[in-house]
Amino acid sequence: MTEFLQQLVNGLSLGAIYALIALGYTMVYGVLRFINFAHSDVFMVGAFAGLYLAPLAHAGSILGGLLVTGGAMLAASLLGVAIERLAYRPLRHAPTLNVLITAIGVSCLLQSAGQLVFGAAPRSFPVIFPARALSVGGLDFSSNQVVVLVFAAALVVGLRLIVFHTRMGAALRAVSQNPRAARLMGIDNDVVIRFTFALGSALAGAGGVLYAVNYPTIDPLMGVLPGLKAFVAAILGGIGSIPGAALGGLLLGLVETFVGGSEYSTYKDAIAFALLILFLLFRPAGLLGKSRIEKV
Amino acid sequence: MKFVFPLWSAAMLALTTALPAAEPIKVGEIASLTGKEAAFGQSSHKGTVLAVEQLNAAGGVLGRSFELLSEDNQSKSGESATVARKLLSREKVVALLGEVASSRSLEMAPIAQRAKIPMISPSSTNPKVTEVGDYVFRVCFIDPFQGTVMAKFAKETLKARRVAVLTSVSSAYSVGLAKYFKERFAADGGEIALEQKFTEGDKDFKAQLTAIRAAGVDAIFVPGYYTEAALISRQARELGLTIPLFGGDGWEAPQLIEIGGKAVEGTYYSTHYSPEDTAPAVQAFVAAFRARWNGETPDAMAALGYDSALVLADAIKRAGSTEGPSLRDALAGTKGFAGVTGTTNMDPARNASKSAVIVTIKDGQFKFVQSVAP
Repeated sequence: MTEFLQQLVNGLSLGAIYALIALGYTMVYGVLRFINFAHSDVFMVGAFAGLYLAPLAHAGSILGGLLVTGGAMLAASLLGVAIERLAYRPLRHAPTLNVLITAIGVSCLLQSAGQLVFGAAPRSFPVIFPARALSVGGLDFSSNQVVVLVFAAALVVGLRLIVFHTRMGAALRAVSQNPRAARLMGIDNDVVIRFTFALGSALAGAGGVLYAVNYPTIDPLMGVLPGLKAFVAAILGGIGSIPGAALGGLLLGLVETFVGGSEYSTYKDAIAFALLILFLLFRPAGLLGKSRIEKV
Repeated sequence: MKFVFPLWSAAMLALTTALPAAEPIKVGEIASLTGKEAAFGQSSHKGTVLAVEQLNAAGGVLGRSFELLSEDNQSKSGESATVARKLLSREKVVALLGEVASSRSLEMAPIAQRAKIPMISPSSTNPKVTEVGDYVFRVCFIDPFQGTVMAKFAKETLKARRVAVLTSVSSAYSVGLAKYFKERFAADGGEIALEQKFTEGDKDFKAQLTAIRAAGVDAIFVPGYYTEAALISRQARELGLTIPLFGGDGWEAPQLIEIGGKAVEGTYYSTHYSPEDTAPAVQAFVAAFRARWNGETPDAMAALGYDSALVLADAIKRAGSTEGPSLRDALAGTKGFAGVTGTTNMDPARNASKSAVIVTIKDGQFKFVQSVAP
């Protein structure tokens, strides 16, 4: 029983990070109908921003940690907006496939530029939140895992508030439903899209720092694997759905952890992805996604 | 002034033709200079560069100097084969030095074998590497020996009876070392309580470690590389596991301590050499290395990289030629070659038999524990 609960804690803290990254995928998809493959590299840049900010912000205290995470979110969101402005906006009326290929190109660019600027060797990430080992009723975890869970929950709630209770959120939902009708109602689509990228990338930046806090080696290719998993989580939860992405992330983290702790640990990823395929066979729109009939 | 230029070029012409027809001996080196195992590649590369520079300063071999052509495989699978082909077909190197990681040496080996150009791996310890063919050599011990050393160490020094093994399934080195360790430990009456697996690039090991914790073992054997070993140690301590962790030569890099911090205190690993060795050859090497590379202390990968180039130079001298087949025969005949990682004797399977060293981490420093003869 203790082992089960321990694995539950492990799975949730891993899944929370997937959820944070998945939110960015799902938001961009909801508005622009394409997968922003560069998202996982924004996540990486967020982690490196944290690395460089840590010595400036007296990291190691809760306030310092929050400052570093906030700074990394800001850096990531600026990068996200820049990517949108330079790479995606010129293709606004091009077929989705063109944008998709461009996204892969931006991803490669960021990875290679990252190796050039940050160096290709893994770097160790400093302690930015006060770290302590906690032990409650036979369950052992680090305070960093708690930080990740609290942060992820707060960000998901905050995101929901923004999307459903602000004018910008209403505009965002309008553009997502029908961009042309939204423009006719006087919404500036470019502003909404820029806002989506800023918000989604900020979440990736936070995800990058929190990931690095828990797994303290970072390198320019660190985004590839978690990015892929988060993408899967977004699909699993129903791409375009915000609570779906959060749920998908947690679910994937849990499946991975429970398989990883069993005797089938070799097939951890294979089983997680096989489950996904099975699941999508029966529910093609994902957990919380709505099937939409596409008119051709 | 008009005549100066023709005169000058005539002088140049005379100079170049006057030199003996001593083209440099081109040697290819393939290393993970960037990427996940960059610490290994960089160390090994620095050792090799130092050896080549020292050889050239001493006048080279057969009246020819060495030219080292280094290629980076970015620690990625697939790259080593590509750069090996490039070095062989375009640069026409006489021998290949590399790689550290067994998986990547296994990529290069068939290419060297087909081209009949000798390849010397400085520090790949998986037995399969030299089984590829008779042109593939190494200057380090192999994993069956390392597995035996660590199994004995676990039983006799750590007094462990039940041990868990955490293997990286995507690394030939890790799978091989785990196998030999398990065989030997079980044969000595120990019990392998469970074996958990992960893949390269994983950063979360808590699932596996939680299962290991539930199994109640005396120690954990982690036959992986330093990045993973450091993260595994950290996460094991976070889960409240205080039992010792131990591994093989894949652990040896300063990053182990940098990433692992306090969590790697009291862990052990086996390796090829220790800079604390007081033998004059070792101390001379350590001094030369520090002078060449900004005071850096050479680790085992640097020492093996250094030895690999010297073993090659020694073979070229004895062969009197750089032709593939005769160079191969000379390499196979290497006997009693005194390097910084001990005396190298090539056995019939083209592996060096050498002694191993066990190192621990104490107060953030690598500390020599004991030396184990083959």
